[in-house]
Amino acid sequence: MNLVNTFFNIPILIDTFPLLLSGLLVTLEIGVTSIVAGLAGGLFLALVRLYGPGPVPFLSKIYIDIFRSIPLLVLLIIVYYALPFVGIRFSPFVSAVVALTLVSAAYTAEIFRAGIEAIPHGQFEASQALGLSGRHMMVDVILPQAIKIVIPPLTNNCINVLKDTALASVVAMPDLLKQATQAQALAANPTPLIGAALIYVALLWPLVAIVARLEKRFGKDKRP
Amino acid sequence: MTPLIKISNLKKAYGAFTVLHGIDLDISEGEVVCVIGPSGSGKSTLIRCINRLEAFSDESSIIVDGVTVGPGKALAKVRAEVGMVFQSFNLFPHLTVLKNVMLAPMRVRGAKPAEAERKARDLLTRVGIATQAEKYPGKLSGGQQQRVAIARALAMEPKVMLFDEPTSALDPEMVGEVLDVMKTLAGTGVTMVVVTHEMGFARQVADRVIFMDGGRIVEQGTPSEIFDNPREDRTRSFLRSVLDH
Repeated sequence: MNLVNTFFNIPILIDTFPLLLSGLLVTLEIGVTSIVAGLAGGLFLALVRLYGPGPVPFLSKIYIDIFRSIPLLVLLIIVYYALPFVGIRFSPFVSAVVALTLVSAAYTAEIFRAGIEAIPHGQFEASQALGLSGRHMMVDVILPQAIKIVIPPLTNNCINVLKDTALASVVAMPDLLKQATQAQALAANPTPLIGAALIYVALLWPLVAIVARLEKRFGKDKRP
Repeated sequence: MTPLIKISNLKKAYGAFTVLHGIDLDISEGEVVCVIGPSGSGKSTLIRCINRLEAFSDESSIIVDGVTVGPGKALAKVRAEVGMVFQSFNLFPHLTVLKNVMLAPMRVRGAKPAEAERKARDLLTRVGIATQAEKYPGKLSGGQQQRVAIARALAMEPKVMLFDEPTSALDPEMVGEVLDVMKTLAGTGVTMVVVTHEMGFARQVADRVIFMDGGRIVEQGTPSEIFDNPREDRTRSFLRSVLDH
């Protein structure tokens, strides 16, 4: 019974549940904003890496390599604690979104690039032979096919971004994890932490299951 | 009369390997030209240079309907006037047959959807695919896909149609239906350049047959000149190898 009272204390969970939910809302705000911005940035990076003029593809590759190498927590701390020394001050929310987006865009760019490169060369040639412009070729022919291929890895990336939002608690962002640790301190009981963990799992388990199903479907069915 | 396509000193190399050794070739409006020759003779590369799917040497020049084929803005104009049919069809798998045919006229020519659809359905009727318009290419046989690809190229109302071994990827029983469409097309006065291994088609449909080997035009003439009285030894031995079995 002691164990249940310590980790699964229902009255404490009920007391702190509104706090956890407000944290979940913040987590979702950070996560969704970063995912959307990361998708746009990643697509842009992938396109300029593949088709940019002059030194642009190289610069894009450097960006992608750097932001895939840097630990997210280090980047977040630099953005929030180091940049103010050069006069750049972001709120906790913006800091979290900036750090998550910078990294997510790098991963997303590689996913998009792999997807575009998986499209058979004949699709590019047929588009060019018809006289389609580069933009129409991408928008009407290449990307619709590439996006189908990259949906499973992109969903995986979304899961990672949503999980990484928990790091925002270190810059005093009242996200799900931060609210749970505060509730734990107030209640002198770890039940809110367990509650937070369960909420994370409840949020992400469906996405994980979707990825597994998509991967199985795309693996079986080679027809695009 | 100035030729519709004027190819001068066309040179192309992949690294140290020379594919085309300075080809000169004029093609008139309405002419049907078949290019034959062994694999690796440069015949596909030759027609892929006409719409610059292959880049070529700066000393070379290709002029299509008065427009020089080179990198830059004019290239899109040339490509809009030059239709191409590929060995592997290259239909857009995520679009229905109808949308495959409608796409380029809408995007390149600015055609209205209704007008593009009417023309696409006309063309699909002409190639015998009208009933499959709403299907996706993956549901069609190879022969049907290639006929859609011909309709897709024709939808741009090109001045020239290039065919790059259009029947080589087909099951034997589907070759005839594609060649029939091409024969009909040749009868309508469209300028055609056809790289093919179908000697019967070349003999029957071509105004001129070009035999290539080793990146050069070895011999050219009317079908009867090439098939019945070839002057060059290499032409004779090639024809013997493709016809005698």
